[in-house]
Parts: sequence; structure tokens; C-alpha cells
Amino acid sequence: MGNKRLVQGNEACVEGALKAGARFFAGYPITPSTEIAELMAEKLPLVGGVFMQMEDEIASIATIIGASIAGAKALTATSGPGFSLMQENLGFAAMTEVPLVVVNVTRGGPSTGTPTKASQGDFMQARWGCHGDHPVIVLAPSSVQEVYDLTITAFNMAEKYMVPVVLLYDEVVGHLREGVKLASSQAVIDREMPTVSPSEYLPYATGDGLIPKLAPFGSGYRYHMSGLSHDETGFPTSNPATIEKLLIRLNDKIEKNRKDIIKYKAYDLDDAQVIFLAYGSPVRSALQVQKEARARGEKVGLIQLKTLWPFPHELLADVFAATKADFIIPELSLGQLADEVSKSVPQAKITRVNRNDGALITPAQLEQALKGVL
Amino acid sequence: MNKNWELIISGSGGQGAILAGIIFAEAALANGYNVIQTQSYGPEARGGASRSEVMISHEELAYPKVQACNLMVAMTQESLDKYADMLADDGVLLTDQDIDASALKKSIRVYKAPIFATVEKLQKPMVANILVLGILNTISGIVKPENLSAAIQARVPAATISINLKALEEGIQIGKKLVNA
Repeated sequence: MGNKRLVQGNEACVEGALKAGARFFAGYPITPSTEIAELMAEKLPLVGGVFMQMEDEIASIATIIGASIAGAKALTATSGPGFSLMQENLGFAAMTEVPLVVVNVTRGGPSTGTPTKASQGDFMQARWGCHGDHPVIVLAPSSVQEVYDLTITAFNMAEKYMVPVVLLYDEVVGHLREGVKLASSQAVIDREMPTVSPSEYLPYATGDGLIPKLAPFGSGYRYHMSGLSHDETGFPTSNPATIEKLLIRLNDKIEKNRKDIIKYKAYDLDDAQVIFLAYGSPVRSALQVQKEARARGEKVGLIQLKTLWPFPHELLADVFAATKADFIIPELSLGQLADEVSKSVPQAKITRVNRNDGALITPAQLEQALKGVL
Repeated sequence: MNKNWELIISGSGGQGAILAGIIFAEAALANGYNVIQTQSYGPEARGGASRSEVMISHEELAYPKVQACNLMVAMTQESLDKYADMLADDGVLLTDQDIDASALKKSIRVYKAPIFATVEKLQKPMVANILVLGILNTISGIVKPENLSAAIQARVPAATISINLKALEEGIQIGKKLVNA
């Protein structure tokens, strides 16, 4: 008997969020994310948290923004149609630097699409769904254990960088059950509190750093929050220098911390002639084929992306410089990931394996692609 | 045992095929295997045939879905007809004695059991899925019986534990007869 439990992906998300200190959930249940709302409704009250079922996804994200401003670690969970509705307020959270976690369990799109089947068509929306040059972090687990671990990481990064974090995983990862250990050695990170008195407090003054210390509303610090370009007081400004300084800082707090934020797993890259590159459920197909190919003596590697945005251009460029390998990119979309990779490694030969019928990419499909490259 | 099991439990919606898959996955996990359980969702699972897939191995599992099913339970004719193509040539099928499996390849081992006649005798049709687990585990020997019993007790409603354990025991006895036949 191990201490592993059979746990579903969406259940692992709930357990990870509770472990990370989440105490507020507002949402509108939608397939294939519904189990997250169901379990949050069951479990949050037991730890003194609050669950709210909202009238729609616009209200859901607005409500968790409010909860986070008041100091709670808050999340919502949705799928493509709801994620589209959330974009305006996701931008507000990025601009006002309110930490939160939005879980998008992806299904086929566009529109209401295919509710019960997997897709990875939200890859670009997770980065660029909001208008404006906004910061965002997007994490992508490919197993139940990783859902648990990366949900904790998502809250930690949200609190550390004062930014919305999107946890993006497809229906297959959300619904499969695996044996996992619901324990983590990751330390839980809480947002920093102001060190000055309320009378001296400037919410968006970051000193030598890049990250503001936002006091919870109700804690005695009175300040203004606005989606308009603002100065250190939080009030709107039309001063060109202040506007630009804010925009650069918002993005620099992510860009200058890429090393800390970008997570990935590499398999057998050193002598690789062909490298599978994937995230989410296609990693599972690629991993099986990569192992079998190695067992046959073929020089095949695998890179699993756990952080999708910021995109790890430098990692891929370094790997290509060292190996000159060809890439095979399996994804459940028409090629959103492959398009981004071609920016990282414009000289690399990239074979795309795309599937858009809701089913998983099979190992047999990838074996065939590998034969075409080797 | 080094064998990798790719198990499908299928039936019509409401027969408990999916719960049976989850229980068997939990028993296999307790037995020290790596396991992955998945199931059919949505319109596919409402009415008609539904299925639960369980991958069981001592090696690490990557791809989560069944590719060549070597152990299948079909509780209805419709589910057998729908999923028979997924059975590997050397696969094993467990089905009810009244189901026609004559269209299957000769290389597939077919066990026909009095599943529904037995649950009728127990006057509890809802325990057919647990009875099936008893037969399945006895003919395959995948997990220790005590692990299966513990997994059942942990998942079924408390008030139904004794009738479910009775169904498990009936299943084990049917399984022993099939193995010795």
C-alpha cells in the first residue's frame, strides 16, 4: 500500500488550490471544468472559505477580483466560452495588479464548440485574449500530479508577481484519474504587505523593485484602483512618461523574471536528432513514443512545456543551437504552438501533428510522424 | 507479473460500468500498480453504451487511453458490438451468458457468466457491476481479493456494503467455476 490516492485532474486542482491557501471561489459551472466548482462548494466551507455560484463568467471573475483585493486568495474555473467572457476583467486584474488564478479546462471551440472533448485551441487566447500589452503567466499541466503541483505554483506566482495566472489544461487531463500523492514540498507564498504607515502609503510605488505591495481593502490603507493608466497613487494620469513607465514595469515584472517563471521538463536532449515538443495531453502520447524510440536506439528527445507564457524562446533556441534537431509538434489545434516555436527556432525543421476531432493524438500517429523525419 | 493490462468495462448507462472502473483502478493502485482511469463523457455516455477504461501496469504509464484492449467486460450486447473492435487478438472477454459473442475472432478467449441471472437471484440488479468485478478479478488475478474488497467498501454507499460484498463473493465463486471449467 502506497500513500497514493486515485484522483481526478479537476479534483487535484481543488486540492492544490486549498493547499496554496485559496479561500474564495466564484464561478459558473461549465463542462469540462464543472467538478472544480462542485468540489469547491463542498470543501471551501469546511476551511472557512467562501463559494459563490455566479450568474455568469463576467460576474465570476469580477467577484474573485474583489475577493483578492480584500486579501483572499481567489480562483475561478471555466472553459473556452466562459474564458472569452472573462477577458475584459482579466485585463483589469493585470492592469491593477490583482493576483488571481483562472483555471481554463479546454474543450473544442470556437463558440460553444465540443463541450466534452479535448482541444488546445485556447493557447493564443490565454496570452492575447485581452487587449493591450498586458502581463500574464500561463501554466500547463499534463498529468494529475502536475495539476496539483502547478495549481500551487499558480497561486505562488500570482502572489509573488501580483498578476493573474491562467492554469490551462485540456479535458483529458481534467478528467483522467491517476494515483497521486497529495502532498507538496513547495512553500506557500503570500503577497507582501506594505511596510509604511497608511499616511505614507503609495500603492503602486515599487521602489527599486517591480512589484507593488497592495494592502487588502479594509485593512486601514485607503487607496484608489483603476483600469486607467495610473500613477503611484493609483489615480488616473495622462502624463506620457508615467503612462509608459507603468506599461514597461507591468511587463518587466514578468520578463525580467523569466528564469523563475519558465518551467519545463526535458527528456534525452543531449544527442537528440529529433525532439518532440508538447504541452498538456499530447505530452502523454509523445512520452510513450519517445521512450519506445530510445529503446530502439533512435536519438529522440522530448521537451514538455509547463510554462506556456512567457514563452520559452531562449530555451528552444539554446536546445536547437546545441542539437540542430528537427522538431515534431503534436497539438490539439491547427498549429498555434508550432507557430510560436517557429519564432524561437526559425531555421529548425518542424513537423506538425494536428488533431481537431476531440480525440487524443495517438502514439501511432506520432510513430508515423517520427518515421517521416528519421 | 509483468503484464500490462488494458481494461475496458462497458455496459449501458446506469449499470455502473464507470464506477466499476474506478473501484478496480483503486484496488490496483492499492496493489502497487500504476493506474490510469478514463471514461466516456457527455452525450456519448447518456443512454446507449458507456465505458470506463483502466490502464494497469508495474511500469510507468504515459499514454492514458486503451490502445489494444486485452481484458474487456461487456454487460450488454450493444456495448459488445460497439467496442469489440478494440479487443486485441489475444484479448479476454467477460460477458453475460445471454450475449452473442460469436462474431469475435476465435483467438479471443470468451468467458460467459450468469451475471444477470445471479443478481436477479440476489434481488439487487444494481450490484451487477460489483459481481462483475469479482468474476473479472478471479479470472485475471490482477489484484489481491482483499484490495478489491476494501476498494468496494470505500466507494459504495455505507448502507449497501453488505449486499455489495455478497455480490463480490458470488462473483468470485462464478469466476472460480469459469477458471476450472
